[in-house]
Amino acid sequence: MRVNFTVNGRQQEADDVWEGESLLYVLRERMGLPGSKNACEQGECGSCTVRLDGVPVCSCLVAAGQVQDREVVTVEGLADYAKHREDSHPGGACGSVCGGTSLQEARQWQARPADRVTDGQTGEGGELSPIQQAFIDAGAVQCGFCTPGLLVAADELLERNASPSDADIREALSGNLCRCTGYEKILDAVRLAAARQEETV
Amino acid sequence: MDFLRPASWEEALAAKAEHPTAVPIAGGTDVMVEINFDHRRPEYLLDLNRVAELREWAVGEETVRLGASVPYTTIMEELRTELPGLALASHTVASPQIRNRGGVGGNLGTASPAGDAHPALLAADCEVEVESVRGSRLIPIDEFYTGVKRNALAEDELIKSVHIKKAAGPQQYSKVGTRNAMVIAVCAFGIALHPDTRTVRTGIGSAAPTPIRAKAAEEFLNAALEEGGFWDSKKIITPSIAKQFAELASGAANPIDDVRGTANYRRHAVGIMARRTLGWTWESYRGNGRSTEGVA
Amino acid sequence: MAGTKTTTGAPTEVTQKHNKGGIGESTLRPDGTLKVTGEFAYSSDMWHEDMLWGQTLRSTVAHAEIVSIDTVEALKTPGVYAVLTYDDLPAEMKNYGLEIQDTPVLAHGKVRHHGEPVALVAADHPETARRAAAKIVVEYKELPVITDEASATAPDAVLVHEGRTDEYIEHVPHPNIVHNQPIIRGNAEEAAKKADFIVKGEYTFGMQDQAFLGPESGLAVPAEDGGVDLYVATQWLHSDLGQIAPVLGLPEEKVRMTLSGVGGAFGGREDISMQIHACLLALRTGKPVKIVYNRFESFFGHVHRHPAKLYYEHGATKDGKLTHMKCRIVLDGGAYASASPAVVGNASSLSVGPYVIDDVDIEAIALYSNNPPCGAMRGFGAVQACFAYEAQMDKLADKVGMDRVEFRQLNAMSQGTLLPTGQPVDSPAPVAEILRRVKARPMPPERQWESSEGADVRALPGGLSNTTHGEGVVRGVGYAVGIKNVGFSEGFDDYSTAKVRMEVINGEPVATVHTAMAEVGQGGITVHAQIARTELGVQQVTINPADTQVGSAGSTSASRQTYVTGGAVKNSCELVREKVLEIGRRKFGSYHPAWATAELLLEGGKVVTDGGETLADLAELLEGETVEVEAEWRHRPTVAFDKKTGQGNGHVQYSFAAHRAVVEVDTELGLVKVIELATAQDVGKALNPLSVVGQIQGGTTQGLGVAVMEEIIVDPKTAKVRNPSFTDYLIPTILDTPTIPVDVLELADPNAPYGLRGMGEAPTLSSTPAVLAAIRNATGLELNRTPVRPEHLTGT
Repeated sequence: MRVNFTVNGRQQEADDVWEGESLLYVLRERMGLPGSKNACEQGECGSCTVRLDGVPVCSCLVAAGQVQDREVVTVEGLADYAKHREDSHPGGACGSVCGGTSLQEARQWQARPADRVTDGQTGEGGELSPIQQAFIDAGAVQCGFCTPGLLVAADELLERNASPSDADIREALSGNLCRCTGYEKILDAVRLAAARQEETV
Repeated sequence: MDFLRPASWEEALAAKAEHPTAVPIAGGTDVMVEINFDHRRPEYLLDLNRVAELREWAVGEETVRLGASVPYTTIMEELRTELPGLALASHTVASPQIRNRGGVGGNLGTASPAGDAHPALLAADCEVEVESVRGSRLIPIDEFYTGVKRNALAEDELIKSVHIKKAAGPQQYSKVGTRNAMVIAVCAFGIALHPDTRTVRTGIGSAAPTPIRAKAAEEFLNAALEEGGFWDSKKIITPSIAKQFAELASGAANPIDDVRGTANYRRHAVGIMARRTLGWTWESYRGNGRSTEGVA
Repeated sequence: MAGTKTTTGAPTEVTQKHNKGGIGESTLRPDGTLKVTGEFAYSSDMWHEDMLWGQTLRSTVAHAEIVSIDTVEALKTPGVYAVLTYDDLPAEMKNYGLEIQDTPVLAHGKVRHHGEPVALVAADHPETARRAAAKIVVEYKELPVITDEASATAPDAVLVHEGRTDEYIEHVPHPNIVHNQPIIRGNAEEAAKKADFIVKGEYTFGMQDQAFLGPESGLAVPAEDGGVDLYVATQWLHSDLGQIAPVLGLPEEKVRMTLSGVGGAFGGREDISMQIHACLLALRTGKPVKIVYNRFESFFGHVHRHPAKLYYEHGATKDGKLTHMKCRIVLDGGAYASASPAVVGNASSLSVGPYVIDDVDIEAIALYSNNPPCGAMRGFGAVQACFAYEAQMDKLADKVGMDRVEFRQLNAMSQGTLLPTGQPVDSPAPVAEILRRVKARPMPPERQWESSEGADVRALPGGLSNTTHGEGVVRGVGYAVGIKNVGFSEGFDDYSTAKVRMEVINGEPVATVHTAMAEVGQGGITVHAQIARTELGVQQVTINPADTQVGSAGSTSASRQTYVTGGAVKNSCELVREKVLEIGRRKFGSYHPAWATAELLLEGGKVVTDGGETLADLAELLEGETVEVEAEWRHRPTVAFDKKTGQGNGHVQYSFAAHRAVVEVDTELGLVKVIELATAQDVGKALNPLSVVGQIQGGTTQGLGVAVMEEIIVDPKTAKVRNPSFTDYLIPTILDTPTIPVDVLELADPNAPYGLRGMGEAPTLSSTPAVLAAIRNATGLELNRTPVRPEHLTGT
């Protein structure tokens, strides 16, 4: 079957989709957007978390056909999404159209660290959303497999709750498993992003 | 496999009539796991995401009509007053991501004894509105669960909504899992005080082949409350009544040993949850809710 | 599937610039930006035009003869390119294995455990491959299953492996025992007579899974020269290579391996999983083949932590001195040997724990059984022992009537103490001090769930499940301490290789580090960049992808990579520095006498004297020059343990951690909330403090998991795995994980690079017994098994 939907602000079309494919599979194997991760494929780890019409969901549990005419934001589009949100509604939610990656760009996706020199002091490389930057700065990334899903979930938390308590953070991220960090530095990262957000307001 | 995408409820019913083996999919929580893990290859998937009315709810005089696909997150946030037991149960469902997608229609459709919504629905009392091209009917929740992962739906019927009695008194819900979040129930217990009818209803999950009510416990408690004049006096429930209620609730369970827990533990835990949730609801009824209601 | 790409996701170098960023600083991960943008390519993200998907058919029974395999229908399936069984294996060598080559690439005549690979399919879509695999008909004739020591060593026991020829068969008491290691020192029998108190205990440790989040996956691309390029997530490229090439019938140089992004490892990638299968399918079909396990398959795709039975006896005098220890540790290795022999070595040699006991009688064994194969997991044999000896310490302290921490401190080892193997501990061993530090911490406040609006269930046992608002909740506190060896022991030639290059790019001196070290998340590449900056005085360091084009780095396991590959990078940097200085002397030596006389350093992009005088700019010095060194580096040699007495200097270094666990237990429902897990650990030298703390917190949490929830449950009647999913194999969520305050000590080990101590595993040891001790403290129950489940706490 064919599925048309919006990914990271751009209209996309997937052809020859098997009806049992998940949104996660379509993103990873057909859209060239492997940032959303396939850790459990049963909704028990959160690594594949994306925004579907603004709502965080496990993309492994969304049938590809269910996203017809809907909007998806993945970790690859998170920085643009956050930037657009900040530009249009400082402190508020993203509107219906956010900036994004074109399919062309997406298909040419490459691990491209070679042309990107990261700054070892701040981790600063390209344009990152505040939560992405905070994850690097707080040491919240080890193997990084859980990171994309956590970032999407944490960004959404900070969108609706600018200064969450620790209990709020724990509850909001309770659907995202991490096996490396013991979560302490993930908590640090969310606290850091919230504090930085507060400073800029 | 074919993917059917009805744009309206009528189209969905027509599709189900034409393809009775079609598997409805809404939140995907159960169906997609079965597909991803190669446990199931339905001939047709019937997507209900485009049927807007399934995501609607209406608060009436007596009942809340809750669309089958209203996400658990919405129930938690919007219906806490009208459906406190179900709101608490919704909060225990899997993870925030799952709660954003799943609704009671999925729990009812799968009819797994471990579905988190069942004990709350049984305790609150409700009717399941199902429909086919032949017409619609309301199935009382007590007649809905017919066997292990089986329900009273005909093969051409779909679940449209649940008509849940609005809370006239305190309700509670507890679930035991071996993790503090994102966990399937080892067993669960729901309780609702109905001061309007001077009755108490219960629901037990994961401790029998189907979700059940602890009927003997309810009958005992109803009689004890009535005889003791508790509804009017709002006296503290005596420990012996609570103990007897808990024992009868425990006795209602008919659990098995499995990887999630032993049968003995389930019987034990149902009793503990019955005693505690009775205490919380009754204290709340007495006007001491603040100290006994959990917050999160 | 249309696409314009060839291979995508192939790892490339990462470059990081930092104006200080030497060792001891908390520099950030060079791959951090890639990992937060989703651009970092994990092995499952690999993609290739025209690639096929590989699927593995696994046994549905644990122990059976294979009567027949019928692949006809599978092969007929449109879209299927190949179906392979044992008969299709191309080389003489058909087995692989870390220590013993006992594992068939595909089952031959027999399956020995549930989920053993039997056949492979390659097809143009994963669903096509799955459907085809389902059409393969395998007829099994079931055999009795061996599931424990009694069934393994019964007189009429079926042999899991017949005709063993490995090096261990000569000394093991039974062919269903992979390896046994006795350790005898002093005279435990005699010393027991001095004991005023004797404590005996029998302990059970459940089977833990590494549960790394990135399932096994990789891409094999057939090459024009008849070889294959393999992109894969592993812990040790060269160990894989040595096992893969022979069964493909290829020379090692024709199997070119590159490390893809690794989604965690924790020991679970030490063994081969899909590597050989993907190569076989790629070579057979002439097309790139990708294999990605789902979570269900991942539980069968790698070895687990050995479940164990541990029998301990300790004695103490009435003033609290340990008199003797006897123990017997039975590890279940499952169907194939994997790392079992080395796990036995660790379990036996570390069975005493970080205590002084002169008279010991120890034996550890690993069984062959029809349970899932077990091998490496963080802590590697030391974890199971620590769980048992720490429970013993509490019981003994109570009998003696001493404070449990003081009792441990009184008996704690220190520098100079002899291990039961007779080997002296020749670097600081601050066991008493780390215990003191965790004990001295202020206690977390009581009843943190109480709020003005009621009980916050998120802070209570049961969490969001709303099981208690404070009823039945009792607090408990427990302590534990452990010892872990660092590096590969028992005479293993444990070395690493680093290639370091220095050159001028855009007018700036730049270092490039190339090793085969598997970065699995631990932050090894961060540290390599730091070492290069410290040793070579550069700001910019490029880390090349790990591959087999450079010499072996050894495994990312045994807490060894910062020590050994870090040591190799340091060594190669020193050799590069010497060459750079030679060039300097040649070019500029005549301008300044210090070139010949002074101790020269590379700092801030310059050559400076130890007095701080600048002699040259590196950019100028290296103009037109490239300096490159590839060199191996080894830690001190070790020797094998004596087969009968266990004596010998088998270990390289030790790592010590202590924990204090504070738990709250709903004693009626048997649910546990860990409130705090305070820890103190000596790391010798924290090369990157941020990473060190992250490792300690992560390791601590894995120990918490196996204390209260994590266990692979195997049916004792069928040896089949009952919970291969994240629905029923639970690992801690953020709501299960407490605050983990960390106290890092830096007592240098004079034998190690920078004085560092391998530190990744120690926190996993003592975390589990500390939590168990706290639960015992709250409940008064004995609790001799882990994980502890609600039914154990409620007597149901």
